[in-house]
Amino acid sequence: MAMLEVNDLKTHFKTQDGTVKAVDGVSFSLEPGETLGIVGESGSGKSVTALSLMQLNPKPPVEYPEGEILFEGQDLLKASESRMQKIRGNDIAMIFQDPMTSLNPVFTVGDQITEAIRIHQQVSKGEAKKRAVQVLKDVGIANPERRVDEYPHQYSGGMRQRAMIAMGLSCNPKVLIADEPTTALDVTIQAQILELMVDLQEKYGTAIVMITHDLGVVAQLADKVMVMYAGRAVEQGPTDDVFYDPMMPYTWSLLRSIPRLDTAGEVRLLPIKGTPPSLIFLPEGCNFNPRCPFVKDECHRIDPALEGKKPGHAAACILSPEELENKKHRVDEELGVEG
Amino acid sequence: MVDQPRGMTDLRADGAMGPGEAAAEGYGKVEGRTQKQIVWRRFKRHKLAIAGGLVLLLIYVAALATPVIAPYEYDESDFTAINQGPSADHPMGTDRLGRDELTRVLYGGRVSLVVGLGVGTFVTLIGGIVGLLSGYYGRRVDTALAGLMDFVLVLPFLPVLLVLGSIFQFSAFTITFVIALLLWPRMARIVRGQVLSIRNQDYVQAAKAIGVSDVRIAFRHVLPNVVGIMVVEATLVVAQAILIETAVSYLGLGIQPPTPSWGNMLEDSRTTMTTQWWLTWFPGLMIVLTALCVNFLGDGLRDALDPKAVE
Repeated sequence: MAMLEVNDLKTHFKTQDGTVKAVDGVSFSLEPGETLGIVGESGSGKSVTALSLMQLNPKPPVEYPEGEILFEGQDLLKASESRMQKIRGNDIAMIFQDPMTSLNPVFTVGDQITEAIRIHQQVSKGEAKKRAVQVLKDVGIANPERRVDEYPHQYSGGMRQRAMIAMGLSCNPKVLIADEPTTALDVTIQAQILELMVDLQEKYGTAIVMITHDLGVVAQLADKVMVMYAGRAVEQGPTDDVFYDPMMPYTWSLLRSIPRLDTAGEVRLLPIKGTPPSLIFLPEGCNFNPRCPFVKDECHRIDPALEGKKPGHAAACILSPEELENKKHRVDEELGVEG
Repeated sequence: MVDQPRGMTDLRADGAMGPGEAAAEGYGKVEGRTQKQIVWRRFKRHKLAIAGGLVLLLIYVAALATPVIAPYEYDESDFTAINQGPSADHPMGTDRLGRDELTRVLYGGRVSLVVGLGVGTFVTLIGGIVGLLSGYYGRRVDTALAGLMDFVLVLPFLPVLLVLGSIFQFSAFTITFVIALLLWPRMARIVRGQVLSIRNQDYVQAAKAIGVSDVRIAFRHVLPNVVGIMVVEATLVVAQAILIETAVSYLGLGIQPPTPSWGNMLEDSRTTMTTQWWLTWFPGLMIVLTALCVNFLGDGLRDALDPKAVE
């Protein structure tokens, strides 16, 4: 059995306007040292999936009507709050999107890392602080002995994200969930942080769930990828397969909507029309049909399930691979994409 | 780390970071100020607050040392010197029983200051805890506690005090307690509002994500972020409490003679205000001075502790 196995996870929020199906049947698994990328637009359920793993969705209104999250065989959806407190930070840690607001301004960075260590391990204050200095060093903070006693406002944005990573890794967790860890940083720092995460993953053997809307980040880091749309996984598979041969028009549209450096000549971008659907009133048939460039009549009636298109590569689309290939080819010619 | 080349400038102590951040993260001679230093710097610039704080300190020291420094006993009558104006023997004059006014002002100050500090402390404790719980836990806890706050807030202040005062004989301690019980909801509301915004901050979520328990988050992560505003509110409560005690004593239901309080001394001199001015002026001035100093101090603290204030 995989270390982390999510089966048909459903995370719903009961609101006054109706039930918001933020995550509606997502399954994936993760082995030690593996990286899973979760991509999708805002509101596609990426972050809610992550918070479900940590059991950090506000309760109520959150409900988990179905599914299970098996971490080392134990279902986290059924775990008690005190059990979850032991798992959070110790077995599964999380890095948040905005490092500027994710550190408490009234404590030193060292205090915050030490707290994480002391909650999960019976060590003395001095010992914990030594560990804090060590992790700060691991994440590339210069002068960690001194920096450990400084307040977050004395850190730059990039350093704060490093400090957040240090906090996440301080107890050597088995899974690290990174929720858009580079979105709030500028591009040069982004690259450094990603590199750092890869290095640390090799060093500690941590499995990473990388949540992002940046396809480049996924391509660079992830072993496998899950594309989410309107709360569902619409395509899942090894990163290379998904990127080189997307089987779901949504994934394909995403790839065509960003500029690429490796295409010769002038290539037009293909924006995805419209907006993501309301999670309370989903469209009839396939969720993506109002925006799909390849939509057919059947798409308005049939709601396709995620099914294997190739070994290890699944997508939720009624088009056969050949049909899809033809359509992709035709649009590509119009856009000027070669081969 | 071991064999890495040293940084190019001596600003960097080691070379363990990415090249891009080297300049930004290098260590120069400039040291960041800690929060405490920043607050102290801003506070120091507030001259009135400094002055207010010093005068207040003086008043408190005088109150503490009253039994030692007071020239007479507060109920010691000298019938050879009745209703005398200020003189060398009696710097603030004497009242109709020949008691030394300075001594009585000093003793009266003890009452006012005990009430002020006591109410400030109680209100901070009760208001802080209720506000924190109400804001942090929300939902049913919030509904219940907010209901309680509203209930206390709509109680007509003076009538309640007067009724209670006529049932129980108020001593400095009981009146402290009662005023605190009537004043805490405002503090609780302020804290609650602040907590509501802080509990949705990312760092609270981040604390949860490292496995910190709810109670610990509330007291260790949220509370310190509210302390600044609580301190400011507490100083205002202190001034308010002093004035309320004075008012209740003036109406004759607070501290009972012969124990002096500024309020009952004013009451005592009501009929002789035009002839023996010193009996009204000295306690009156002390009330105004103390309340003013506390408010100045509060203003200074508010400006100093406000993170949005510009340097």
